[in-house]
Amino acid sequence: MMLAPASPLQQLFPNIDDWGELGHACIDTLLMLGGSLLLTVAIGMPLGVLLYLTGKGQLREMPRLYGVLSLTVNILRSIPFIILMIVLMPLTYVLVGTKLGIRGAIPPLVIGAAPFFARLVETALREVERGVIEASQAMGATTWQIVRHVLLPEARPGLAAGITVTAIALVGYTAMGGAIGAGGLGDLAYRYGYLSYKSDYMVVTVFLLIVLVQLLQTIGDRVVAYFSRR
Amino acid sequence: MIRFVDVHKSYRVDGKDISALQPFNLDIVDGEVFGIIGHSGAGKSTLIRLINLLERPSGGRILIDDVDLTALDDAALRAQRRRTGMIFQHFNLLSSQTVADNIAFPLRLAGERDQNAIRRRVDELLERVGLTAHANKYPSQLSGGQKQRVGIARALANRPSILLCDEATSALDPQTTASVLELLAQINRDLKLTIVLITHEMDVVRRVCDRVAVLDAGRIVEHGAVADVFLHPEHATTRRFVDEALPEEAAGAAAQYAQVPGRILRLSFRGETTWSPTLSRIARDTGVDFNILAGRIDRIKDLPYGQLTLAMQGAGTDTALASLRDAGIEVEEIAR
Repeated sequence: MMLAPASPLQQLFPNIDDWGELGHACIDTLLMLGGSLLLTVAIGMPLGVLLYLTGKGQLREMPRLYGVLSLTVNILRSIPFIILMIVLMPLTYVLVGTKLGIRGAIPPLVIGAAPFFARLVETALREVERGVIEASQAMGATTWQIVRHVLLPEARPGLAAGITVTAIALVGYTAMGGAIGAGGLGDLAYRYGYLSYKSDYMVVTVFLLIVLVQLLQTIGDRVVAYFSRR
Repeated sequence: MIRFVDVHKSYRVDGKDISALQPFNLDIVDGEVFGIIGHSGAGKSTLIRLINLLERPSGGRILIDDVDLTALDDAALRAQRRRTGMIFQHFNLLSSQTVADNIAFPLRLAGERDQNAIRRRVDELLERVGLTAHANKYPSQLSGGQKQRVGIARALANRPSILLCDEATSALDPQTTASVLELLAQINRDLKLTIVLITHEMDVVRRVCDRVAVLDAGRIVEHGAVADVFLHPEHATTRRFVDEALPEEAAGAAAQYAQVPGRILRLSFRGETTWSPTLSRIARDTGVDFNILAGRIDRIKDLPYGQLTLAMQGAGTDTALASLRDAGIEVEEIAR
């Protein structure tokens, strides 16, 4: 879609000749974010619960399993995302059949963010009062019942905050992914803004990313406040 | 009947065994209110947690109605725990659930699916603890006393035969404490369930308990009927607890009355003698004069009792002393 030559946007950003491409990039970024966030939560949540349960002094203390999980999480978290993405390319290809585009971006995004989110889940669960867990044990609750009916509901504010932080981290990751063929806003900023010196692309994409992050943070804060009211 | 047989408990800290409870035997009878009093660190919260195996003993057996808890498998233990209610100092309610859902929680844990049955039971319990109007509030909207009432309702949901109270009134003000204790006493009367409570306040024991055990550094140093332990404390720790409950009796009474003329006596009345005009009768009969120095008339649970410190002067003090004893009053001569 081309805008009319007299458009004020055109005057402000003369180098941006295809606003439609920008719109597509936006949608790509949102798709990558949504897809990877969903999978990150789906994998990170159980992993976080497992970390919590097997931790020292917890309901199912298992020092060895905890040690292995904890080390794996730490290793994945210490690799810079851009490197993780390159290292994971063969695995990505096996999993989704391509190394590029939205599909190619999702496996490394999830593998990069899930361990991070798992730690946040572990921390949020540790905030749940011990007394409440003890009371549930005294009522004859199984470990699964405690996780399902006590830990997760009681930790909702912390979990919501964790999802918000993770979503925002993922926005950053998707932008980095753009540099190596993932598409989206990061890709435009890198190709046009950086490699082709069209700095107006840089300005517009950064602006859009700021708006996205603000939006996520605002929604996240509202959800946290809603759950904490109780 | 809850029976502890040679039970002891120690914790391993840094490769060393730290003893929390010395080997002990104890029977708690069905339907009684049994108090365990001790200072913090005496081992009372460990002891009460042995009764639902939140703490496992290092040795010995814990029998509830002749079933050895330590021999139960996980499923059987959970079933036993559902028959044992517990309330806590800090209430330990689910902050994300309403009052009604907190009370329904043990029912749902026990596998109750029938929503109508749950609602009926919850309404019943809300009424018992006087919180019907607060069913849809969250715990953060309640006062401490109300939270503990929710805790009590929750503990009673599965119709337990034992109720464990872990410092249930320690976080409450005196007035709220009194009303929560009254509720516990009423539940004990109505439902005939056994209540085991731990506390560091003799006043709590005096108000609701039938029997008491005094715990000092992991050892039960004294136990028996509350009136006996309260009026005739033998161990130093027990005496300290009693002195806290009876402040006017504390701190070297004998020295304090040294300059008072006459024989100084401490009288203890129990039951009906508390209300009869024994002193004035004996004063008339023997011609002695009584001068009351300190005293207290109160109740130990439902038993009225009195403790008076008085000076006795006159010719017939020996006769008067004998008459007092004949009247069923315990007399202790502090100074003459």
